[in-house]
Amino acid sequence: MLKEGQIRIPSGCAISAVISKEGKRMSGEKIIESMKPMHDRSNGLGGGFAAYGIYPEYRQQYALHVFCNDKICKDECEKFLKESFEVVKSEYIPTRKIPEITDEPIIRRYFVSPLSSVLSSMQLDEKEYVVRIVTKINTEMKGVYVFSCGKNMGAFKAVGFPEDVGRFYKLEEYEGYCWTAHGRYPTNTPGWWGGAHPFALLDYTIVHNGEISSYDANRRFIEMFGYKCNLQTDTEVITYIADYLLRRQGLTLNETASVIAAPFWKTISNKPRAEREKLTYLRTVFSSLLVTGPFSIILGFEGGLMALNDRLKLRSMVVGEYEDKVYIASEEAAIRAMEPLAQNIYSPAGGEAVIIKVKDGDINGR
Amino acid sequence: MGVEFIYPEFEVIRNTNRCITCRVCERQCANEVHIYDDENKVMLADESKCVNCQRCVSLCPTRALKIVKSDCRLRENANWTDGTIKEIYKQANSGGVLLSSMGNPNSFPVYWDKILINASQVTNPSIDPLREPMETKVFLGKKPSFIERDKKGNLKNNLTPQIELSMPVMFSAMSYGSISYNAHKSLAMAAENLGICYNTGEGGLHEDFYVYGKNTIVQVASGRFGVHEKYLNAGCAIEIKMGQGAKPGIGGHLPGTKIVGDVSRTRMIPEGTDAISPAPHHDIYSIEDLRQLVYSLKEATNYKKPIIVKVAAVHNIAAIASGIARSGADIIAIDGFRGGTGAAPTRIRDNVGIPIELALAACDKRLRDEGIRNNVSLVIGGSIRSSSDVVKAVALGADACYVATAALLALGCHLCRTCQTGKCNWGIATQNPELVKRLNPEIGSKRLINLMTAWKHEIKELMGGMGINSIETLRGNRLMLRGIGINEKELEILGISHAGE
Repeated sequence: MLKEGQIRIPSGCAISAVISKEGKRMSGEKIIESMKPMHDRSNGLGGGFAAYGIYPEYRQQYALHVFCNDKICKDECEKFLKESFEVVKSEYIPTRKIPEITDEPIIRRYFVSPLSSVLSSMQLDEKEYVVRIVTKINTEMKGVYVFSCGKNMGAFKAVGFPEDVGRFYKLEEYEGYCWTAHGRYPTNTPGWWGGAHPFALLDYTIVHNGEISSYDANRRFIEMFGYKCNLQTDTEVITYIADYLLRRQGLTLNETASVIAAPFWKTISNKPRAEREKLTYLRTVFSSLLVTGPFSIILGFEGGLMALNDRLKLRSMVVGEYEDKVYIASEEAAIRAMEPLAQNIYSPAGGEAVIIKVKDGDINGR
Repeated sequence: MGVEFIYPEFEVIRNTNRCITCRVCERQCANEVHIYDDENKVMLADESKCVNCQRCVSLCPTRALKIVKSDCRLRENANWTDGTIKEIYKQANSGGVLLSSMGNPNSFPVYWDKILINASQVTNPSIDPLREPMETKVFLGKKPSFIERDKKGNLKNNLTPQIELSMPVMFSAMSYGSISYNAHKSLAMAAENLGICYNTGEGGLHEDFYVYGKNTIVQVASGRFGVHEKYLNAGCAIEIKMGQGAKPGIGGHLPGTKIVGDVSRTRMIPEGTDAISPAPHHDIYSIEDLRQLVYSLKEATNYKKPIIVKVAAVHNIAAIASGIARSGADIIAIDGFRGGTGAAPTRIRDNVGIPIELALAACDKRLRDEGIRNNVSLVIGGSIRSSSDVVKAVALGADACYVATAALLALGCHLCRTCQTGKCNWGIATQNPELVKRLNPEIGSKRLINLMTAWKHEIKELMGGMGINSIETLRGNRLMLRGIGINEKELEILGISHAGE
């Protein structure tokens, strides 16, 4: 069978997230619990998590999480990383042997810093450099796949049910202020670890439930700007869109949401003038980045997250709160599993961005 | 007669049991096929003049008439076909270049018919356009590479002028002169009603039609007929016509017999003179010259109008499109080899240029590979025959389509392909006042509106089936297409997979 990247594989899914507005760190235990009642939304062919604020001791470095098929691939990868970065720490990501998760690749973690001399000679900022190196590895280096590359955060994913993936990675031992999770129901995949979600680029991670109908229009547009949709998955292309709009164009989260899930022209025409002009502008300029078809996504980033549904709300997604925490999931049951007392549970409208930011200065759990 | 004789192509079959000798056919035929025999009180026909425009058939009140292909054939020969031999006779008789009208009718591949469209099943829902919003609005023009903000941090509107269309279809260029006043009026009225555009073609803009300006694209061609400052500012965009799909590499020729009255005044040339457009623009011998014309026109219109550059689909069209996208043009219009014409040398029409499907796929890909697809919008024409052709074109990468032949058919054209005679019995490709008045612009525009409304419904149904509720996400969405019965190379150029893959 062809794996992700060789063929386009659509999938249904479960998603879930929790964030502390106070920036209080919590272990991965609860988020794992949240995936259990949604077991049937996955089919065992992929699960994963993203966690923010987990590496405070290395917060200045980019944390690269890497799958290597074998030792030769690993050595080649490490050689290239040493040429490209100052590698501050290099280690295996701790895992637990459990019968539910098998056939794991070599799973490595590197904390790296771009060399300032290289950056200045290439006239690139740090983030753009990291993106280019990661894209190069994932496109050109066979048997090596970087699946997480942000600062003070990390993605953890595998082939299996999400609750098993969480135990496999010992996520109860990590503490983060924000967690997202994904259970995957792909319709055809041989089960490749890199194909599981979340998809991550720098500190952006996306968990996504849906199958977008705009995929190739989005892909062919975003690839003009140096991105390579190697995995051919919706999640990958949505992550690149988020990176392009937020980091490279400098749009705000709300503006980004107005591009990805643009309001209908009729809705726009009924808005007050300033708002109407802004929305018309965004829809016209970034028309190829509109995403159609069913989706619910949770975009994680340093200091917050944004949840967004397609404009027709063709996928379920609910939000709830308790104390300083905000919970988002495909089903209320998942929220209840994390916090039985969750309040204000509501279902955001199609295209309505739910944006939660951690109070400034609190993102490292201070 | 004798060696010069060519047996008529059509036969007029008259059912004498039905014919009531009302003589409608006689009055309606500008070619003078039907004759009334006063002595015997019967209708006769000179079928040698018949072009099979079906006017008499359509107007005969008793359905007594039909036109059939003559079965008087030369001896069959797969190499020397009937048509080929007769063209030789015609040239031996006249010593002239063969002329034809409308698009290339020969049996080249039609790639639209070898492409199939996707639909949603199970893994994502199809969308019902009767119950959910389904958007077909498009904006044509350059899109900025970067956003800008004012001091307060609000987004600045740094968009250059755009054309707004309610659906991704426009009526393409047909000049006043090549078609009639009433045909132009029908197109203009329909475009305004539909929220789309029509195109003046190269014959200038009749003073009566300035009121339709916001739905008008004014054309500047190599003959510069009817071009002046007010004209340039009259429309919503300006199109520089570099070429035409039916006759790439050559200019145009409207015979002096059609340069009468208002046509002469609109074109700003004396009555009775031939209107000859040179093959090239004599101020454009290279790409850098094109850039100068683009900016001359922008200067003349104070940077308020997007500039379209229209070219014929020729072999290296992708490189040409890349050049145009860097010339300051806002929109590229590409016209395929099936595109129509009021008159073109037959050999050129039938042998020069390439299919629009391949040209479109190649240009869209090239512009994306170079990262400049957003510099321009792509409009394509050259035989868009139905709403599914439009959907396939958009999915291949077009922003919008130009249609002309389909529009003329809606106005009554029966595709007899003899526009060059000026005797159009349907009042379209003629300047004869008696014939022109047969086309009622009220009815004509209504029929155009009907056609486009029907297409719009069908486009929405097809989009909804794919789970797409906005035309933007269909554009360039080649995963929605599959080829059928075409080879690897064709699939590669079209950038699509084969059905079953």
